[in-house]
Amino acid sequence: MEWANQLCENRQFGSKMTDSKYFTTTKKGEIFELKAELNSDKKEKKKEAVKKVIASMTVGKDVSALFPDVVNCMQTDNLELKKLVYLYLMNYAKSQPDMAIMAVNTFVKDCEDANPLIRALAVRTMGCIRVDKITEYLCEPLRKCLKDEDPYVRKTAAVCVAKLHDINAQLVEDQGFLDTLKDLISDSNPMVVANAVAALSEIAESHPNSNLLDLNPQSINKLLTALNECTEWGQIFILDCLANYTPRDDRESQSICERVTPRLSHANSAVVLSAVKVLMKFMEMLPKDLDYYSTLLKKLAPPLVTLLSAEPELQYVALRNINLIVQKRPEILKHEMKVFFVKYNDPIYVKLEKLDIMIRLASQANIAQVLAELKEYATEVDVDFVRKAVRAIGRCAIKVEQSAERCVSTLLDLIQTKVNYVVQEAIVVIKDIFRKYPNKYESVIATLCENLDSLDEPEARAAMIWIVGEYAERIDNADELLESFLEGFHDESTQVQLQLLTAIVKLFLKKPTETQELVQQVLSLATQDSDNPDLRDRGYIYWRLLSTDPVAAKEVVLAEKPLISEETDLIEPTLLEELICHIGTLASVYHKPPSAFVEGSRGVMHKRLPARTGSGESTESPDVGTAAGGSAPEAAPSIIPSQGDLLGDLLNLDMAPPTTSGPPPPTTGMQMGGMDLLGGGLDSLLGGDIGGSPAMGAGFGAAPAVMPASLNAPVGGGLGDLFDLGGVGMPMGAYIPPKIVWLPAMKAKGLEISGTFARRAGVIQMELILTNKAMSVMTDFAIQFNRNSFGLAPAGPLQVLTPLGPNQTIEVSLPLSTVGPVMKMDPLNNLQVAVKNNIDVFYFSCQYPISMLFVEDGKMERQVFLATWKDIPNDNESQFQIKDCHLNSDAASSKLQGSNIFTIAKRTVEGQDMLYMSIKLSNGIWVLAELRVQAGNSNYTISLKCRAPEVSQCVFQCYEAVLKN
Amino acid sequence: MIGGLFIYNHKGEVLISRVYRDDIGRNAVDAFRVNVIHARQQVRSPVTNIARTSFFHVKRSNIWLAAVTKQNVNAAMVFEFLYKMCDVMAAYFGKVSEENIKNNFVLIYELLDEILDFGYPQNSETGALKTFITQQGIKGQTKEEQSQITSQVTGQIGWRREGIKYRRNELFLDVLESVNLLMSPQGQVLSAHVSGRVVMKSYLSGMPECKFGMNDKIVIDKAGKGGVTDEVGKSTSGKQSIAIDDCTFNQCVRLSKFDSERSISFIPPDGEYELMRYRTTKDIILPFRVIPLVREVGRTKLEVKVVIKSNFKPSLLAQKIEVRIPTPLNTSGVQVICMKGKAKYKASENAIVWKIKRMAGMKESQISAEIELLPTNDKKKWARPPISMNFEVPFAPSGLKVRYLKVFESKLNYSDHDVVKWVRYIGRSGIYETRC
Repeated sequence: MEWANQLCENRQFGSKMTDSKYFTTTKKGEIFELKAELNSDKKEKKKEAVKKVIASMTVGKDVSALFPDVVNCMQTDNLELKKLVYLYLMNYAKSQPDMAIMAVNTFVKDCEDANPLIRALAVRTMGCIRVDKITEYLCEPLRKCLKDEDPYVRKTAAVCVAKLHDINAQLVEDQGFLDTLKDLISDSNPMVVANAVAALSEIAESHPNSNLLDLNPQSINKLLTALNECTEWGQIFILDCLANYTPRDDRESQSICERVTPRLSHANSAVVLSAVKVLMKFMEMLPKDLDYYSTLLKKLAPPLVTLLSAEPELQYVALRNINLIVQKRPEILKHEMKVFFVKYNDPIYVKLEKLDIMIRLASQANIAQVLAELKEYATEVDVDFVRKAVRAIGRCAIKVEQSAERCVSTLLDLIQTKVNYVVQEAIVVIKDIFRKYPNKYESVIATLCENLDSLDEPEARAAMIWIVGEYAERIDNADELLESFLEGFHDESTQVQLQLLTAIVKLFLKKPTETQELVQQVLSLATQDSDNPDLRDRGYIYWRLLSTDPVAAKEVVLAEKPLISEETDLIEPTLLEELICHIGTLASVYHKPPSAFVEGSRGVMHKRLPARTGSGESTESPDVGTAAGGSAPEAAPSIIPSQGDLLGDLLNLDMAPPTTSGPPPPTTGMQMGGMDLLGGGLDSLLGGDIGGSPAMGAGFGAAPAVMPASLNAPVGGGLGDLFDLGGVGMPMGAYIPPKIVWLPAMKAKGLEISGTFARRAGVIQMELILTNKAMSVMTDFAIQFNRNSFGLAPAGPLQVLTPLGPNQTIEVSLPLSTVGPVMKMDPLNNLQVAVKNNIDVFYFSCQYPISMLFVEDGKMERQVFLATWKDIPNDNESQFQIKDCHLNSDAASSKLQGSNIFTIAKRTVEGQDMLYMSIKLSNGIWVLAELRVQAGNSNYTISLKCRAPEVSQCVFQCYEAVLKN
Repeated sequence: MIGGLFIYNHKGEVLISRVYRDDIGRNAVDAFRVNVIHARQQVRSPVTNIARTSFFHVKRSNIWLAAVTKQNVNAAMVFEFLYKMCDVMAAYFGKVSEENIKNNFVLIYELLDEILDFGYPQNSETGALKTFITQQGIKGQTKEEQSQITSQVTGQIGWRREGIKYRRNELFLDVLESVNLLMSPQGQVLSAHVSGRVVMKSYLSGMPECKFGMNDKIVIDKAGKGGVTDEVGKSTSGKQSIAIDDCTFNQCVRLSKFDSERSISFIPPDGEYELMRYRTTKDIILPFRVIPLVREVGRTKLEVKVVIKSNFKPSLLAQKIEVRIPTPLNTSGVQVICMKGKAKYKASENAIVWKIKRMAGMKESQISAEIELLPTNDKKKWARPPISMNFEVPFAPSGLKVRYLKVFESKLNYSDHDVVKWVRYIGRSGIYETRC
């Protein structure tokens, strides 16, 4: 550290100006010198020495060796020196806990000092010394300070409770500090109230269910009064706390809003944003036809716009939040487009965010202005920004239909600039425009083709290839163009390879005569020479399709594609709701829930917007007489699926029965086509039956020998499903209870239903056997569930495609989702089901093993397990006995693993094996278990710990069922 | 909450490091240095997440201030706090520079201990802080003084202490506006707004109650309708009222009173402070109009002609006028001719800078330049940044007028009439750009 040596000479400025001399180089023996100085009799010298020590500490040098000497300087009436010593203590006490005790006496004494500043200083510092032994001594002084006559001491003590809680939560509870802290909410001094609120909020966060803050109309009133009087920071604490409150009705909600709105004029942006959070949240409860509701909407716009004249960092935070607000309530800022125009010297992070919001606000009314701006931006310097601007033009075209033509011509202008990355970005978005407005703008293809050579990014190449394939019949030299890409096939990225394969197959189907050679070439490249399983599989599918049934191939490959949706990259609604509850915080900046970036238990709590009161909730009774289609979870605003999903869809396309979402299946009876493809087609290939279709020529017959191997190889996910038709199932090792009769025929006019539940490859399935014991044919089956504890709901309609004749039986498996409405049932795993057919509606209830809700990623980290185990109060622990079980611990562990009960650690104590296990339920509840197995004893003991102890009984039943089967 | 706060110099050496929470370790200091200060590319976000730790930073000249946390903190609050921290430091020792920080590191630690407790910002009004955080020590305080300090730090009026006395009660009121414009080459206003500040210096005795009034449209319309003002008042002020889009106030202003009655009342801090900020977008007086004409002559020459017109009362004078005309990166030489002021080509800034000391209203002036270009094979077109302008005018471009500022102090015997008041209007250019 050579800096500031020279400053030593500046003595003439007086001692105050020359603190930087303490930052001088370390010499050998410096520690020794310092030691001597610290023990000097002269006060000034002592102080100088402590300053040097602090400076060394700052730059990261280890000066812990001086601990006793520095602590010796503590007893002084010089406040400046005292503060320095305290600073040192806070840093090193933890590394020298025994020595730190030496300081305790001084602290205790200082807490009784006549000067309130010293009392506060002592209690503040003590809380920062994280040494258990000191903590014990802290309790008494802290108790006194919490009731000190001076508000300055009280406000400091309030924060100290939070500090202590962080070190030793149990101690804080035992000593009753929480109650004292709650009392401080009624303190006469607003700053004490604010700090007490801050401390309680923090403590409450680590006890999600403790109801510590116990917000009720009286306490809310106190907070709102303090809000008017305390510092800007205090206002933030109070507003953030208010945001967690759920008013009882719309009237209370309105009255709180009225008292919060003046905060929108505060100079501190954080106060404004926190007020916006409270208003956005409570607004949910106001009836929309209320005058006040529209007044409030109007009041929100100006402060949000004002935030944009703050410093750039705050603008960034504001813009990230406005992005959320615009998605939730677009009406607030719809007339404010202009303020989001980018300024030339905005920092890049502000520019990018503004651009995002501009697109969200774009509408027919302002599109001309927006486009003019975007065109301007596309000529800027920053590459990311330019790309985003180009992309934005494409998004405008898709969003505002009337502007599409203008957008396309703007994009063409940009392509003419020949700036490489502009051209590539433009081509990517033009592909999307083609998908939104098919057969409308093909005239531009010629221009695009001119730029073929300059494309070097995979995404742009893939987009271009897609365009050529899609419009192959109108491009005379499409085959040449695609062939040119084929030369370097193996050097292309997967994205391009897949696109090229599809495009050439499309071309072949459109112009079969000239392109046979090309298609053979690409199929063999994809299947024989590639080691990418996705590519190979897609190659094989095409190959078989083409060789068995070219007509079907045409219908599959050239099927009409669904139009892409208007709004891309919207935040998923439930996440958006949660983020609205976190306005102003980091979560709103990252656009991620806190659990995604906060460690430990703090982030677990999910915040929700309150429900509007008065609006008729759906009825409680199993009102399922209506058509089954209605039971599907509400269709979320469609979002363009990512690449992975698309691939998944592609593979599921042929297998899955028609679902409400996803691309429409080919029109030829899908059962036939789909089954044949994988059954017959496969057999014929394996059997060497080279029944190539006449159009194909013999070339296709030579099926490569590697194929069977690759097909039999275990493939996960979507590919797994491919071979998992109609619930045949791959052995997953999960426990599946035997089928039992749920609905006897007598009760259901001849329909008998039996079934069970299973979890296969991460999908919960209800497996049903429907038997018609009546005399007439049954048709039009549908199923619906009543609300239940874990939100189980059918993920699709019940697939009974053919009428069920008398004495016929059909096996159906119904995939279930866990996103349905939730209501606690008794017993917890009870499920009420309604089944409808052409005759009547029938109700029955059944119980599912909770094990099917155990998710695959339920394996907890060891550390987290330990911390969580400790964190869950002992009251939540329950113990059970499992009798007559003859497995050893390893066998039990592996058996349980099959049902997603994961063993995290094993310990053997005195011949007794202790297995520690974790389970995660589909709704995010964790269950921790300790299983004790004694050799030679067939009785197991199991202890379960969970934040929601209600589930323990069900979990225990699962253990029993799994271990005994 | 905030877990730690670090201050670095431009090289990334730590000048100040204060850790408030256990989850922030010493390695956080290095993580920020390596990933942000020493990062090769330009800063892409003021918030950085490194290994589940979030870093918030602001830069003042070449000093980096970084706040660190592992929790879901209120991000807006963290930035507001960092700015406040800079203000407090500036109030204590002037410019926030490496030298000043090293010279005052003990003081900074003391301040950080006071204004940030366990990561929670506490009272950070310099007026209050200066009463008890000094480098002289506070040994000599009496008991009364001590309790006065604590009650001020925690009190409802944390920004003003009791017992202030002046022989002469005086008030200085500055209306400072910055007018922002973005204009298309054809002279169409793409966006324009004024962001204004009312800055006050008050030297008043006791605990005075002040009331500030301006020609706010809402207030004047309300008064007009209610029939409170007479005909004369209506005709003089009716037309000149201005529509304020939004305003924010210093924490001394009673917000609930503004919300209900739209009246601005407060007990002022002592000395200088910013009373309010506001923003207007309607009926803005644009003091200057810039008319650009750029012509490309072949591939190696550009001809630029820029006319500026002043648009305000001829009796007023604009000052410090500067027009900045960007030039392409491959400029090899420039010839300029201007009627008024001085113009220079500054190669390092890629711009022609034209300066005029003074200019009266309703005048116009012109500059023409010939720019020689080096032939390049760069395919990328020149981005043509906008022409920007700086100036200062002695009026408020928003049209804001101060109507009154009343002072009431019931306990001391001075009245509103005894207070000497000064009002001044200054309009400056904010981002005042015309595309070319």
